[in-house]
Amino acid sequence: MTEPVGLLEAPLESARPPRPPSPGRTPRFLWVAAAFVLVPVVAPLVVLAAKVVGAGGDAWSVAFSERTGRLLVQTIGLTAAVTTGALVIGTATAWLTVRSDLKGRRVWSVLVALPLVIPSYVLALVLLSAFGNDGVVTGALGFLGVDSLPSIAGSFGAWLALVITTYPFVHLIASAALRRIDPGLTDAARSLGASPLAAFRTAVLPQLRPALAAGGLLAALYTLSDFGAVSLMRFDAFTRAIYAQYQGRLDRTPAAVLAMILIALVLVILMIEQRSRGKGRAYTPRPSRTPTQVTMRPAMRGLATGFLGIVTLVGFVLPIVVLVGWLLRSDTVSLEWSAAFGSLWVSVAAAMLAMAAAIPVAVLVVRHRSRLSIAMDRAIHSVFALPHIAVALAMVFLAVNYLGPLYQGFAVLIITYVALFLPQASGAARGSLEQIDPSVEEASRGLGRSALATIGVVTVPLMSKGLAAGGALVFLTTMKELPATLLLRPTGFDTLAVDIWSAASEGLFGLAAAPALLLIVVSAVPMYLLVTRSYER
Amino acid sequence: MPRLLTAIAVLAVALVGCGDDGTEALTVYSGRSETLVAPLIAQFEEETGIQVAVRYAGSTELAATILEEGGNSPADVFFAQDPASLGAVSGAGLFDRLAAETLELSRPDFSDGEGSWVGISGRARVLVYSTESVTELPMDRDDLLDAAWKGRIGIAPGNGSFLSFVAASILLDGENATRAWLEGLAANDPVRFDGNSAIVAAVDSGEIDVGLVNHYYLLRLLDEKGSSTAANHFFDAGGAAALVMPAGAGMLASSNNKDAATEFIEFLLSSDAQAYYASETFEYPLVPGIAASDALPPLDSLDAPEIDLGELGAALDRATELVSEAGLL
Repeated sequence: MTEPVGLLEAPLESARPPRPPSPGRTPRFLWVAAAFVLVPVVAPLVVLAAKVVGAGGDAWSVAFSERTGRLLVQTIGLTAAVTTGALVIGTATAWLTVRSDLKGRRVWSVLVALPLVIPSYVLALVLLSAFGNDGVVTGALGFLGVDSLPSIAGSFGAWLALVITTYPFVHLIASAALRRIDPGLTDAARSLGASPLAAFRTAVLPQLRPALAAGGLLAALYTLSDFGAVSLMRFDAFTRAIYAQYQGRLDRTPAAVLAMILIALVLVILMIEQRSRGKGRAYTPRPSRTPTQVTMRPAMRGLATGFLGIVTLVGFVLPIVVLVGWLLRSDTVSLEWSAAFGSLWVSVAAAMLAMAAAIPVAVLVVRHRSRLSIAMDRAIHSVFALPHIAVALAMVFLAVNYLGPLYQGFAVLIITYVALFLPQASGAARGSLEQIDPSVEEASRGLGRSALATIGVVTVPLMSKGLAAGGALVFLTTMKELPATLLLRPTGFDTLAVDIWSAASEGLFGLAAAPALLLIVVSAVPMYLLVTRSYER
Repeated sequence: MPRLLTAIAVLAVALVGCGDDGTEALTVYSGRSETLVAPLIAQFEEETGIQVAVRYAGSTELAATILEEGGNSPADVFFAQDPASLGAVSGAGLFDRLAAETLELSRPDFSDGEGSWVGISGRARVLVYSTESVTELPMDRDDLLDAAWKGRIGIAPGNGSFLSFVAASILLDGENATRAWLEGLAANDPVRFDGNSAIVAAVDSGEIDVGLVNHYYLLRLLDEKGSSTAANHFFDAGGAAALVMPAGAGMLASSNNKDAATEFIEFLLSSDAQAYYASETFEYPLVPGIAASDALPPLDSLDAPEIDLGELGAALDRATELVSEAGLL
């Protein structure tokens, strides 16, 4: 199964025992296709590394400066704080909407997932405005005699914006896991006299741990990668410093060094995660019966409803209210249709190309599993976890030095999107391919079709559902993408995300309203569908 | 499904092929923001029929981009908001010398002495302050190092204008004094912004009390909002903080569209465009005979430091290093 939003796709793990590889050699064209896919994923990183190594002593002095140390501490601190916050809130919302007897919990379950459709940078600028002097929140507190709040910018603002952005991941993953957990243990604990909380801690939490680890990892990687929220909140994380160095210095070496360090940090986290994975699974594959809902006391129920209400209020209602408010207040609707169209077409192009690239990857990984195909899959997944600003910077170096006429062209931008988001498409395609019996393809081969024709006529149509879902995810993620677009967009080309960013960084919040709302509307519907679909599974 | 596959394949091929769109548009790298420049560009396109593709980004970032691109730069014109970025590009020998007719349109004291870029509009460094919370104004920039200003100062350290000011400080006071000042400033926990308008907005809203910015952002805010609690303070000690610097433009030596490039630069110096700076962006026009906004003290009355603007570029890289070392960037 693919995870709810496809963002955490464990490379090469499925619940079912792997089928024996199909007979016959791996067709060479598959490897050629895979090589084409792999080059844009790996080449920029090689160029970045070469740039850093080539800088020699300068690179060392940046890497070991006091400032880099401070950035490291701040970034890791923020990551830990956001992960903790997301885990606490996401687990609570998941439990309340899956296991409690709260009224309307199905509706709540959708409501608390809604912040998913709001990009972190939009959330950040909404919070900045809402807590500012003319803001909604400040205004609402007016009756208490409050006329100004301390600025939300800085570590608290960055934390809040990122917790709101990341807890839905934990919520979705934990909800799915809670539905699979055998309720028998909880019932046993309760019948032995444990309080609901104690039963949760002793019977549910241990079973939930793998899901929470996955959700927490996702929140942590997201925080390390986030550029928009930390920049707008003026919090000194690595991503912000990389962009500041890129913008403010004639020498690009320091930016390259910082990007390399951030990449190394993410790779270390991935390695640790890889090692710890697969130990001590506590799942029962299928619950012995459907879970019973835990009855809550009325007071607790009120508290729980209040909690879900506040989460929804801050995570979704507030942003929409603020954005609509801006829109109503400004005399002219400042929507650049060219930006909307730009967002749309590059996202569609990236989604299509990613789907095309996903086909050889999925076929290799599922049907021709080997050490090489596993390594390829890992490489693709690792790039997915890397901060976009670092990958984009590497791509800039690659393009300006080696790609000649493609430099500043659409091709580089779209290929970068595909390199970044490919696992969303290939993971979904793999998911559906795993469910197809290879004997169908073998029959096609046996009837004389070539390997290529078999893939085209039999395999791809059969996995088209998964491919389409993966393509939709790539589309949505590309629509929201900011840092890579900022660095790589062709001259004169705008997207909604870039428009929002330019308006916000000039302090012209009102100008950001129309593009932000449009971005949310366009991404909300497909995102909602993908999420609810995953609920039905 | 085979049809979908074909479509995907066609698209993939088309994508790789569309890096170069083949049109002969004039490519301008603009360090000036889109809100300021876009109306001018539109007017130029309408008057001349020349298509312009504009790459908007920070001036320093674009200078670094041009340096990295070297002789292959797609840019024809570099329109920067500060003389230091222009100087960095001219220092690398990437600008063509402008024609004498172009140069003499503008004031020579606000253009490059070698003629590789020309001043387009004048901008003064000021301290924007809140009239509600600031009663005693600092005499010069050293006063801002007083602990009383801790956490109250806004700066935009990656901004070309701020970096030009630091570069000017290196030229005027030397590297050590500049480093000491930046470290002192960093110790006072300044609030860092991405750009000048955000600083002025923050002073206006009371988030911070003072900010080191260019003079016209407040006038634009006033024009939009009608009133503000913020005001401009022109330093009168004649130091780097009182720098008056031009936004300027130069033509890339690698350009293969030089006639259009020259036409564009001369358009920026036309009376229409200069009047636009005076009335819409509130900068100082640099073409003689065009009056600045009434709300401004006359350009020649400002107590600007004596400095060769052409040399600022050479100090820019050092300036960015010092700002970065002080932990501000």
